[in-house]
Amino acid sequence: MRQVHVENISKAIAEAVIEANTNLPGDIKDALQGALERESLASASNCLQIILENAQIAVCEKVALCQDTGLVAVNIELGQEVHIVGGELEGAVNQGIRDGYQRGYLRKSVVNDPFDRINTGDNTPAIIHIHLVAGDGLHMTVFPKGAGSENMGQLAMLKPSAGMEGVKKFILKVVREAGGNPCPPIIVGVGVGGNMEKAALLAKQALFREVGQKSSRPELAAIEEEMLVQINAMGIGVQGLGGDTTALAVNIETYPTHIACLPVAVSLGCHCTRRVTVDL
Amino acid sequence: MKIIKAPLSTEDIEQLKMGEEVLVEGVIYVARDAAHKKMVQSIQVGEDLPFDLQGQLIYYAGPCPAPPGKVIGSAGPTTSGRMDAYAPLFIERGLKGMIGKGPRDKGVIESMQKYGAVYLAAVGGAGAYLAQRILAADIVAYPELGPESILKLTVKDFPCIVAIDSQGNDIYDRPNGSEKK
Repeated sequence: MRQVHVENISKAIAEAVIEANTNLPGDIKDALQGALERESLASASNCLQIILENAQIAVCEKVALCQDTGLVAVNIELGQEVHIVGGELEGAVNQGIRDGYQRGYLRKSVVNDPFDRINTGDNTPAIIHIHLVAGDGLHMTVFPKGAGSENMGQLAMLKPSAGMEGVKKFILKVVREAGGNPCPPIIVGVGVGGNMEKAALLAKQALFREVGQKSSRPELAAIEEEMLVQINAMGIGVQGLGGDTTALAVNIETYPTHIACLPVAVSLGCHCTRRVTVDL
Repeated sequence: MKIIKAPLSTEDIEQLKMGEEVLVEGVIYVARDAAHKKMVQSIQVGEDLPFDLQGQLIYYAGPCPAPPGKVIGSAGPTTSGRMDAYAPLFIERGLKGMIGKGPRDKGVIESMQKYGAVYLAAVGGAGAYLAQRILAADIVAYPELGPESILKLTVKDFPCIVAIDSQGNDIYDRPNGSEKK
């Protein structure tokens, strides 16, 4: 059994949340640069320039890209040959978030209860998903997601007869209703199949796929491209202010489902979609 | 680019047209969800507000804490739609402008037309960039609300686009764009 001390987990999570909040992933930067080169509306170009400059300022000055430094989702793939020592895993993750948000001057945006709504003051608790896997690895992804985009996600339990056309209609409906709220240009994460919560998890997982990387299933890759073209033709544009750039990517993930189910979830990632992976 | 001085004059507001890019300069107040709720409660019981709304611009934001040597942390706009329930009452009481991101509902737009107010959109998610345009930040009220406290900001060259003007022209109101609620 390989031993991993909780202090190392906390330390890695603290560094990861600071990194995620200050350094925009390279694939998103490249996609924004590409969008700037294609954009035909002057005011949208100006916004894209500000967004790219913002990423530069954030990384150079170590300040948050966006003031909404999010509620942190942490996905953990824990090898079954790993023995966590010195404490418990979820406590260590939350301690890392507490430390990172304090040290990184990141905003604390978590309230204790959906009705009482008292700020917990340290951005915990995180949303933690743990999967036990083979081997002795410890793979963690941190995903601090702001509420502007999170609030625009939707889920539908379609009838199987709705098929691919129904899924496409739902994707377009969610993007249209979201308009400028999720801070376009957005990344559209789509989860199809499984059950209710699996579809939502798949949609989030889809946001983790790098922009430009298509689905490994050619028929889905074609749908992703078709959706991207149709979404960009809607004219919502950067920040909802019009123009050619509404989405940078549409990523679709699937899973086996029940004979009577066709769940579909759409999660929207803002132009500041922050994600960092750590291996311990 | 056109510079507009905050607090806003009636002439400034009348001249601002939807789609116009502007740079805001002067004093603005930061308030978002919880602060709006508290201010509305104060109005209902007849208490004084933490600041006089007359002629003012409210910036919908909840900044990050200020790192050492800086006046404020990352400070971009938040989604304005969440303040739609409160905004008409503030506009009726003299508020002349709002800075945020995303569309507003009919009630807000009608109040803006009736009392002469303007809604400006700043670039969401550009908090590091916008923080550099903030020269001073002081807590005015509700420190217990943490990131939702009311702040008084001094800004310069703060880039915005006129999203909804005082005639009710709405940049978000496009055939294929965001749907009206």
